[in-house]
Amino acid sequence: MRSGRIFMEKRVTFKGIWLPLLLVLPQIVITAVFFFYPAGQAIYQSLFIPDPFGLSMQWVGLGNFAFLFSNSYYLASFATTAIFSILVTLVSMGVALYLAVLADRLIKGSGVYRTLLIWPYAVAPAVAGVLWLFMFNTRVGVVTWYLGVLGYDWNHVLNGEEAMGLVVVASAWGRISYNFLFFLAGLQAIPKSVIEAAAIDGARFWTRFRTIVFPMLSPTTFFLLVVNIVYAFFETFGVIHTITSGGPQQSTTILVYKVYADGFVGQDLGSSAAQSVVLLAIVGALTIFQFKFIERRVHY
Amino acid sequence: MATVSLSGVKKSFGKTDVIHGIDIDIADGEFIVIVGPSGCGKSTLLRMVAGLETVTSGEISIDGRRVNELEPMDRDIAMVFQNYALYPHMSVFDNMAYGLKIAGTPKGEITARVEEAASLLQLGDYLKRRPRELSGGQRQRVAMGRAIVRKPAVFLFDEPLSNLDAKLRVQMRLEIKQLQRRLGVTALYVTHDQVEAMTLADRMVVMNAGVADQIGAPLEVYGNPQTEFVGGFIGSPPMNFLDVSLGHAMPADAIRLGVRPEHMQIADAGAQTRGKVMYAEALGAETLVHIKLPDGSIATVRQDATKPQPDEGTEVGVTWDKADQIAFDAAGKRC
Amino acid sequence: MTAQPDPLAAAVTAPKGRRAQPDGMVEKRGAGLWLTHLGLIIGLLFIFFPIWLAFVASTVSQPEIVKPPMPLLPGDHFFENYRKALVAGVNAPVAMMMLNSMVMALGIAFGKIVISLLSAFAIVYFKFPGRRVFFWLIFLTLMLPVEVRIVPTYEVIANFGMLNSYSGLIFPLIASATATFLFRQFFMTVPDELAEAARVDGAKPMRFFWDILLPMSRTNIAALFVILFIYGWNQYLWPLLITTDPSMNTIVMGIKQMFPSGDDVADWPVIMATSILAMIPPVIVVISMQKLFIRGLVDSEK
Repeated sequence: MRSGRIFMEKRVTFKGIWLPLLLVLPQIVITAVFFFYPAGQAIYQSLFIPDPFGLSMQWVGLGNFAFLFSNSYYLASFATTAIFSILVTLVSMGVALYLAVLADRLIKGSGVYRTLLIWPYAVAPAVAGVLWLFMFNTRVGVVTWYLGVLGYDWNHVLNGEEAMGLVVVASAWGRISYNFLFFLAGLQAIPKSVIEAAAIDGARFWTRFRTIVFPMLSPTTFFLLVVNIVYAFFETFGVIHTITSGGPQQSTTILVYKVYADGFVGQDLGSSAAQSVVLLAIVGALTIFQFKFIERRVHY
Repeated sequence: MATVSLSGVKKSFGKTDVIHGIDIDIADGEFIVIVGPSGCGKSTLLRMVAGLETVTSGEISIDGRRVNELEPMDRDIAMVFQNYALYPHMSVFDNMAYGLKIAGTPKGEITARVEEAASLLQLGDYLKRRPRELSGGQRQRVAMGRAIVRKPAVFLFDEPLSNLDAKLRVQMRLEIKQLQRRLGVTALYVTHDQVEAMTLADRMVVMNAGVADQIGAPLEVYGNPQTEFVGGFIGSPPMNFLDVSLGHAMPADAIRLGVRPEHMQIADAGAQTRGKVMYAEALGAETLVHIKLPDGSIATVRQDATKPQPDEGTEVGVTWDKADQIAFDAAGKRC
Repeated sequence: MTAQPDPLAAAVTAPKGRRAQPDGMVEKRGAGLWLTHLGLIIGLLFIFFPIWLAFVASTVSQPEIVKPPMPLLPGDHFFENYRKALVAGVNAPVAMMMLNSMVMALGIAFGKIVISLLSAFAIVYFKFPGRRVFFWLIFLTLMLPVEVRIVPTYEVIANFGMLNSYSGLIFPLIASATATFLFRQFFMTVPDELAEAARVDGAKPMRFFWDILLPMSRTNIAALFVILFIYGWNQYLWPLLITTDPSMNTIVMGIKQMFPSGDDVADWPVIMATSILAMIPPVIVVISMQKLFIRGLVDSEK
């Protein structure tokens, strides 16, 4: 069982107390100062409201949270995040699976495609945002111009749905490499004899994919679902900040963007901290969910 | 080169006692084999001698010097591990030289000693290879070479042959014995294989559940097992254990009796007991006849292949000499 | 510590792909083969079109871009645009921003690998007081996302006077123990007997670490290096928050700063040249260390 493995110990140990303490010291100091202290502060601050001059803090208990969940902007941001992350996950995983299935069918040359397909992994989300913004720029964008020729007036600066579509595609684009690599590894791990047995049983490609390959790929798919949702929640900040800055009318303000906007632009520290804690709960739940799942995956 | 003595050595992990007090005096140059089933504490005992486990109580001394508190490297020992524990990223040469390098041995001497050991073990052509490029037997030799170059006072072997196939195991067994004789080093060898124990040992220690049941020369242990466990563990097929009522004139406190299969004969005249032949295994030179006795227990008779072989299902008589029967009391001890 | 979770957090739980022979004589001949290639090439076009367009834009002049549609083949202003970007930039020379990014990425990769190796060695090979507590703290950093601490971490950095400094860019980003966890997982697979053999050979703990454990971890270290380098290079929010001085900007966050506020027209050729420059180092690292990188990504779960 995995949980057993995680906590197992070595039989051999070296003697000494000061040496190991010295060895862990750098990590302890750095994590304490830059991780645990700030995380604790975030939780602490979420229970207070600073006065307008930032001189004192007023205890409000769960007031920040109560305020958040009665705030229509925040609730709208929740919905935006949900739509955004589902779309990003579906688009990037769908394209990646399509490419991985094709690459897996090749006996020769899949290495070349793989080398090319991992490029976007190296492209920062913020840079991806700039690339897509350039294509769809309302003034100079090539795609915008050709859409105009076709009679479609693209304007993501004013149209919230178009803005959402653009940030989704730009975010999904950068994620295809990662998903592709995992899907390809998952596909290659499926014993070919199983697929050949199905072929002998008369199953055609699509039937084989549906009844054998996809079910056997489910551990990978599930893992990627969780990881991509986490990605969409957090790592897409760069895409959104460069393309839409959360607009128009907050239509692309996902939760993590709102933490930034309220905390650094709006200077509303209590609310920002409370939002951080909500995010913490979400990711914590996802992580635990994932670990639980991995334990069960052993049966596969 | 050195004597080793263990007196009252005990080991416990937390509240579990795994070794209950062992006393052995090992003479200089002696080959001692510790044998027993898995979990009996034999490896732990060896690792205590090596200094890889702490001694809970008692004393271990090497060449008259108490070593309980010494690091492995200060004990003048070398060890061959079950999985060889070769450093995978180092060449054969570097594997053997590593200990000498740490000790600060001059380069020229390191090279000389490694080459000497390598030629002794026929590894001369492989010094530049990595462990993964060697066969199982060659890796085994490298592990021995690493032990030899240190010129230790005591060799420790922890099931060194158990990862080899049967044929290679027999060959390496011989090599180990020859090497030990040639170098004259005291050796402590742990195995679960009683054939290895019988063939290698000057004296063997049969361990059972943390206790040394018997210490003695192989044939002595085989012929005069001091406990029921030793009788059953040493010898293949194992000793037959029969109800005490079947024996010739038994001591009063005996509750079981043991007879070696080769000491039993199938004969109707003067039979101690009778039973039904279940099946007979013809091994070529000898035949093992398994006989079901009236109380349900099974006795194995080992007889020459030239003797007539009874058919399955027939009833036969079984007999043995009084001198060959061994009585055990309720605690499993000889009486 | 930015809006980006630790890239290794996922690796800790990633399913492991066993290598199998990609053979399969099932339906891979004739027309099917060509359709497979066609499908993959369409995918590649989708993936490379944005990059191609950026490259084209970085080789033409501003007037060619602002009068749409811009050309789809490279122009002859390549050297002019890149020289302008590297030497002058918009707010700061891009060469300087690349240097900042390089320092940050290398600092994060080396820093995290070094502290993680040391502490993983300690928790796996020693029994010391507080070891269990320490291990649980590590586990907690896997669960606690970085997002909860943006504002307070900013305050910590500000109080230490580390705004606009390399240490301010680096330290918060190495403050998680995911790599420690991965190294620990790897060390657990190293046979116990190796450490025992080293002890019998007379190696002290640090000697064992240098001579045996470290060389055996080479591939794991290299794989982590790739992942962490890219993670560091691609940081956006954190440099955006703490580098207010243009000379400390990193290239990835600096691109957005090149866009003019208001209605001014952006200097597209320079911006797109910068975008291309921003992806070159991580792309080189990924492609040149492809095998290690994929191994690090897919096989990190040990």
